[in-house]
Amino acid sequence: MLSPVLCSDLAALEPEYTEADVISTVEFNQSGEFLATGDRGGRVVIFQREPQGEYNVYSTFQSHEPEFDYLKSLEIEEKINKIRWLPLHNPAHFLLATNDKTIKLWKVSERDKRAEGYNLRDEEGRLKDLSTVTTLQVPVLRPMDLLVEASPRRVFANGHAYHINSISVNSDCETYLSADDLRINLWHLNITDRSFNIVDLKPENMEDLSEVITVAEFHPHHCHLLAFSSSTGTTRLCDMRARALCDQHAKLFEEAVDPSRRSFFSEIVSSVSDVKFSHSGRYLLTRDYLTVKVWDLNMENKPVETYQVHDYLRTKLCSLYESDCIFDKFECAWNGTDSVIMTGAYNNYFRMFDRASLRDVTLEASREVCKRRAVLQPRRVCVGKKRKETDVSVDSLDFRKKILHTAWHPKENIIAIAASNNLYIFQDRLTPNGHHNTPEIQSAPPKWQTQPNPPTY
Amino acid sequence: MAGAEGDDSLYPIAVLIDELRNEDVQLRLNSIKKLSTIALALGVERTRTELLPFLTDTIYDEDEVLLALAEQLGSFTVLVGGPEFVHNLLPPLESLATVEETVVRDKAVESLRKISQEHSPVDLEVHFVPLVKRLASGDWFTSRTSACGLFSVCYPRVSSTVKAEIRQHFRTLCSDDTPMVRRAAASKLGEFAKVLELDYVKSDIIPLFTALASDEQDSVRLLAVEAGVSIATLLPQEDLEALVMPTLRQAAEDKSWRVRYMVADKFSELQKAVGPEITKTDLVPAFQNLLKDCEAEVRAAAANKVKVFCENLPEDSRETIIMTHILPCVKELVSDTNQHVKSALASVIMGLSTILGKDNTVEHLLPLFLVQLKDECPEVRLNIISNLDCVNEVIGIRQLSQSLLPAIVELAEDAKWRVRLAIIEYMPLLAGQLGVEFFDEKLNSLCMAWLIDHVFAIREAATCNLMKLVEKFGAEWAQNTIVPKVLGMANDSNYLHRMTTLFCINALSGVCGQEITTKHMLPVVLKMSTDQVANVRFNVARCLQKIGPVLDSSALQAEVKPVLEKLATDQDMDVKYFALEAISVLALA
Repeated sequence: MLSPVLCSDLAALEPEYTEADVISTVEFNQSGEFLATGDRGGRVVIFQREPQGEYNVYSTFQSHEPEFDYLKSLEIEEKINKIRWLPLHNPAHFLLATNDKTIKLWKVSERDKRAEGYNLRDEEGRLKDLSTVTTLQVPVLRPMDLLVEASPRRVFANGHAYHINSISVNSDCETYLSADDLRINLWHLNITDRSFNIVDLKPENMEDLSEVITVAEFHPHHCHLLAFSSSTGTTRLCDMRARALCDQHAKLFEEAVDPSRRSFFSEIVSSVSDVKFSHSGRYLLTRDYLTVKVWDLNMENKPVETYQVHDYLRTKLCSLYESDCIFDKFECAWNGTDSVIMTGAYNNYFRMFDRASLRDVTLEASREVCKRRAVLQPRRVCVGKKRKETDVSVDSLDFRKKILHTAWHPKENIIAIAASNNLYIFQDRLTPNGHHNTPEIQSAPPKWQTQPNPPTY
Repeated sequence: MAGAEGDDSLYPIAVLIDELRNEDVQLRLNSIKKLSTIALALGVERTRTELLPFLTDTIYDEDEVLLALAEQLGSFTVLVGGPEFVHNLLPPLESLATVEETVVRDKAVESLRKISQEHSPVDLEVHFVPLVKRLASGDWFTSRTSACGLFSVCYPRVSSTVKAEIRQHFRTLCSDDTPMVRRAAASKLGEFAKVLELDYVKSDIIPLFTALASDEQDSVRLLAVEAGVSIATLLPQEDLEALVMPTLRQAAEDKSWRVRYMVADKFSELQKAVGPEITKTDLVPAFQNLLKDCEAEVRAAAANKVKVFCENLPEDSRETIIMTHILPCVKELVSDTNQHVKSALASVIMGLSTILGKDNTVEHLLPLFLVQLKDECPEVRLNIISNLDCVNEVIGIRQLSQSLLPAIVELAEDAKWRVRLAIIEYMPLLAGQLGVEFFDEKLNSLCMAWLIDHVFAIREAATCNLMKLVEKFGAEWAQNTIVPKVLGMANDSNYLHRMTTLFCINALSGVCGQEITTKHMLPVVLKMSTDQVANVRFNVARCLQKIGPVLDSSALQAEVKPVLEKLATDQDMDVKYFALEAISVLALA
């Protein structure tokens, strides 16, 4: 189905890295020409695709700083939880970046001219002899080296009492939503001092709390539809046309659990960690701890497709619970044509599922295997005895190496994978126009190929 | 400063020009705000050839600088050499009309609209219209949204071929890919329709209106409602039914509550635009539905319009329509589950009594008022009380007094001080309507109680309230009922209450007149000059300064002067300060 090739490997050179360097979100813009990452240190790095296909750093800026809420005696981390690009307005690019509490709108723009000519000073800033100033001089603009500037345009603060987990821009291009554990707010992009609460799950008494919001997303085309999922494994679709408050959902997507298979971990593993509308708007993709599911918006009682991500962990839930790994929030992604699904796993593995052929593959994103222009080899995790030399036993999986954040180029087969402080960008061995650009012949797909870049940051 | 050969007058201008590119935004902003000074110094020629080209490329700046620039350029015509050269202003405004910040774009469009009037018809076609076309077919949505606001200003003044092109451009923007541009087009549709010939309104605007009103984005549809109202005013009655009404009917029943809200919000304009016949056949049922809408926001918007809608109903059938169609819905709203709906209704419902007359008011409306006066939400009760004057004219307020009093007392003692403040503000009005007897009997004690409220804002409002009551009931009434109580507080053990006495005297001395002031108030004030608390003492000084003009000169010389002189030697510096100030203001030195 796919032939992954590493086209950019944008990571710190040194194997030692600090917590602040860990990437916490990855997002392509609408055209795919730009890719943004946010990290735990509050930085946003934007990559631009070169004509040759490689992604290079375009701009780096500090979006959020650590803060302290004196009223509640709470530290507010600078970690970027989500980044969302706005549709293109003009030559500048705009993106929303959020930490736990504050959402910021950033403008990233280019400048290639600068003003020259002072009346009272020379270009070095020294004062001129005033007796020589006999005429007025208007400054003129001269070309200069391209300068990329990031400037904060708006700060949307004080909208959330709990931690923001998602932001999503509406297709009307003037509003966006932000969701925390209990509430979803609707903002106007031009108005920072008020937002409308559209979903509120907070019970009168916090002891009655039975679920929290895990993700929320707007429909890609219908400005009135939004989906949000909860820790109980349900995903709700709300119609903003019906009511100003969307506490009552229009649809509830939930699969009945077989009572005989219920266990202590049932609810924890069914918690939805990510929701993505398909590009067509027809399907919803949800990720829970062990599976990814595709839901047809027209069928609420069960998913149309369910893919096991790492079913072999079902027997390991107890130790995963003890190590807190069971609460890891894996993201999921559609490819541009909604035919392939991608999501992350442990041991720096990520999974892809071809919806038509029902083939799936496990690939590894790590410095050891990702060589320039090499094609990624599929991995296999075995539960019992190894059948092949390359097989990996469940017990040898490294649960500290996890791929939580992934993104797929909106049109082409290019994917971005964040593995702790490393960002890997792979592209299909096929070039966009459909010709093979690498001579080596691979027996079976998938083949993703590596093409490292000068590391940055 | 400039040397012997340098020109002194150049220096300040040189500074201004240099500061156009200063790193400090505030300095750049100052400089931009004095752009006319710079242009004047440069002269029209250099302004056109050097300053404007520089400004055209300065779009990298902060929003506030760009906003100031866009505004300045709107009145720059003289500085570039008059109407003959006004088109030189187009390039900088064109680039400002494409920036991403809405306020800057809007200001640039406003300035462009302004200077379009200064173009000669020829210049308009040669310079202005091409700019509009460029913006309308720009790559970025920002330029296309700006174009939407410029069609209507050039259309009336161009040839018929250009007119056809302009109409075509507008049509294209109405079906733009991005919702932002469609919204901009929808919001300018009504304005554009107004400058079009009637035939083109029918052939061009109506299809655009219909299309925008059924756009897939509700944010576009809701803007089409407003356009529909404007279009309806332009069309002759016989065309309305066929061309506009089907779309408006559909909007009133739109699936999205935001669109229905817009219909409710624009209902009075709509009613005026379509005239009495369509109001009877279409708007009445539509209004009933909006009052019963499932979304509270829509019901609240409709409830707000109840009075105006009823007022503007055709006279011949007004009463029947209200009694049979509107009133039943209103009755339901009185017990709505949502307090915003109830409070919106409460703010207008009293207005119905003038329309319906005495008998209907007593029979049908009075029970509703009484229910609302007992509503659990203070805002509802306040809104009823604040509109009592409408009912008073029709049936007299006494009909309500039985229920009114408990409602007022409860609000007067509400735990929220803002609610207490609101009811205080209605006291003079109520007092006027209820009459002095009723007031003395029931409300006077409340007014006095507010004077010792623990919130300063309430005590202050209560003071002001007393003054207004005295204006209404006269000095004699004041002397008998209020003044003794106020003066009694001068001996209170709480210094804040003692100060309230002084504040009351400040407010009351003017309306009570010289006699009461000199005889009753002045002795108390003077006595308080020996208060232990410095705050009281300096307020005595301020009070004396305030009431001085009311007193005659013998009282000033004999009684006020010695006290102020003593206070001027007080050991507290604030007391001294205010005493000296009073002495100088009253010219007692």
